[in-house]
Amino acid sequence: MLFPIIPPPHVAPMSSVPILMRHVLYALVPATLAYVWYFGVGIVINMLIASAAALAGEAVMLRFRGRDVKAGLADGTAIVTAVLLAFAIPPLAPWWLPALGSASAIVLAKHLYGGLGANLFNPAMVGYAILLISFPLEMTRWLPPDAAELGYQQLGPWQQLVYSLTGSLPPGLTIDALTQATPLDLIKDGLNSMRTIGELRVGPLFAGLGGHGWQWISSFTALGGLYLLYRGIIRWHIPVSLLGSLVIMASLFYFMDPSRFSSPGFHLFSGATMMGAFFIATDPVSAATTDRGRLIFGAGIGVLTYAIRTWGGYPDGLAFAVLLMNSTVPLLDRYTRPRIYGRT
Amino acid sequence: MAIGEHLEPTVGRLDSSICVTIETDGRDEAAPQDPGHWPGDRVGRLQAIRDAGIVGLGGAVFPTAEKLGHEAACDLLILNGAECEPYISCDDMLMRERPMEILRGAIAMMELLGAKRTVVVIERDKPKAVDAISAAADELGDQRIHLTEVPTVYPAGGERQLVELLTGREVPSGLYPIAVGCICQNVGTAYAVDRFIQLGEPLITRIVTVTGRGIKNPQNVEVPIGARVPELIEFCGGYQGDVARLILGGSMMGYPLRTDDLPVTKASNCIVAARSDEVRQTFAEWPCIRCGDCVPVCPARLLPQEIFRASKAHNSEELEALGLSDCIECGCCDVVCPSQIPLTEYFREAKRALALETEHAALADVSQLRHELRSQRLVQRQEETEGLRDRLKSEVSKSDGKEIIEAAVARAKQRRGDNETA
Repeated sequence: MLFPIIPPPHVAPMSSVPILMRHVLYALVPATLAYVWYFGVGIVINMLIASAAALAGEAVMLRFRGRDVKAGLADGTAIVTAVLLAFAIPPLAPWWLPALGSASAIVLAKHLYGGLGANLFNPAMVGYAILLISFPLEMTRWLPPDAAELGYQQLGPWQQLVYSLTGSLPPGLTIDALTQATPLDLIKDGLNSMRTIGELRVGPLFAGLGGHGWQWISSFTALGGLYLLYRGIIRWHIPVSLLGSLVIMASLFYFMDPSRFSSPGFHLFSGATMMGAFFIATDPVSAATTDRGRLIFGAGIGVLTYAIRTWGGYPDGLAFAVLLMNSTVPLLDRYTRPRIYGRT
Repeated sequence: MAIGEHLEPTVGRLDSSICVTIETDGRDEAAPQDPGHWPGDRVGRLQAIRDAGIVGLGGAVFPTAEKLGHEAACDLLILNGAECEPYISCDDMLMRERPMEILRGAIAMMELLGAKRTVVVIERDKPKAVDAISAAADELGDQRIHLTEVPTVYPAGGERQLVELLTGREVPSGLYPIAVGCICQNVGTAYAVDRFIQLGEPLITRIVTVTGRGIKNPQNVEVPIGARVPELIEFCGGYQGDVARLILGGSMMGYPLRTDDLPVTKASNCIVAARSDEVRQTFAEWPCIRCGDCVPVCPARLLPQEIFRASKAHNSEELEALGLSDCIECGCCDVVCPSQIPLTEYFREAKRALALETEHAALADVSQLRHELRSQRLVQRQEETEGLRDRLKSEVSKSDGKEIIEAAVARAKQRRGDNETA
């Protein structure tokens, strides 16, 4: 009787890349539901368009690079990139915005750097940065959250889809009448025109910690993040150091001058903070890999996010903070290697 | 009845080595014992253990007398009852059934080492072994024997990990536990030592775990060393179902066997006949995604994903800096890798490549030395020749050459004159 020679270990692997990606998508379900609740189905439309573009880009690039196209599409990584990008695009957006963003994320940020596992920068954030810089107008026209409650006319699913594909709105409505700035935008602009936080934080949009709707979206995003932690898909170092450093920075300045600086709670529960802490900065490929490296990486993102939000040109700085810290990863990994057992 | 080449499984590989083939009489009788088999002095006892063929039965078959004969100070004897990996239960069974023999053997070893304490290590999920050993320890009443339960976390049974767990000391890279005053011995080895002391019986049997879903009646069997594996499998009811892999050892580090036509050796702690649903079938579907899941599971605290990268780049300097040589090949990183990369096999391959490189470097060094010596000799000869020429030149110039020329002319005349007269 002859048996196959396969080297040890003989125990079957406990996980796989598609399983990881599937759990990331599961973890994004609460945040997606919250988005739909407050903004309508726009995000789902964007997710579908972005995914289609990502898969197309992935297929073309895999073919060019002579890789197994079917296996590459099946790993789920392109879809995760597309879905994460969709969270950063205004819910009411023309179709080419998510399509262009996710195609450039996959083609430029992922495959030109060597494909899965080799990209230095977070693809979703590269896609977002390209869109934000190229199309600042389209990228900052957010719907007000839960428009009905605020007295706005909310578009139905069909109307959102029609706008996405054709750019036409129901008669009598213009895009400028429908959309407005996000709370982070308003604070930034207001402070620039020398008003105080106290004056700015009035009206239903600023209810609660992170602004109406936004705080719940942030909370549901964090819930998904806790699920990833619980499943062991991400580890605590990056979220804790990122959120921790952001809170420390925000507290420091807030207690110095609450009229000029937003509260730590606002920083935590508004904008992309939670998405960044649990889903973006924890992207394994573009994050540091050692424990100490991850603590520094997360803390760096927190500090930079705060700095860009407060003193920079953009209302939210998370994407740029992530990209900047991505570039430090090779160095971080090199200088934070743990001491090997039995060596000094 | 023959002595000759025979395929034999040794540590980590199959080799053809010199074996004695014995035709048995089937009577299973012991030889009459020699009353002087257990000498009174340390040197004699170590020699007796060596002569009895006793080696480490945990799987590495390190000669026991070598370990016990250390001159370096040893304060702690660790008696390893933590099975090295999943599937293996021969030590558990031995502790349950023969705890007194194990402890007596341990005391003998402790005294040879001059150690003050012996700690018997048993995993927490082996309550019967714990009960048996503690009952035997109570009966012996020896204050030097302690029992420690450890969590069942693979690879806690590895000796470097065990030393750290028990003493907090790290065994320095490249050294054995004796460097930090500890000696690890498997419980089976202690049993073999006692067997020899009590009965004068050399190491002729060992307990083998025969298991896996491909075996009809999985069990632990005390097997004479040299028994044929097919007979052992037959004794356990034979194979059943689709046996996808035959493994010598456990499921994490065990060696895959092509055939079962092999003898049981002192290293054969376990034989697993695994069905296809028990073992991995697929390999490296995806590139490394740098998730770092391999880092917290590495008992040597290495960065497996970085070693993987360096091994693909054949960067030997980086491999050394990253501690490739400290990898114990436990296989933990493989099992947790979501990209399902056979990391351990890459590391074994890299180690082999490094060893080869060192060998080539040594050969190159010898050639270079030979070349240098030859060049030196050539230079020396050149210098000697030049020195002679210079000396002659200077002599010629000193005397304006006249005397030398006249002398030469005279010598020539003389010679011619000699010829003419002749």
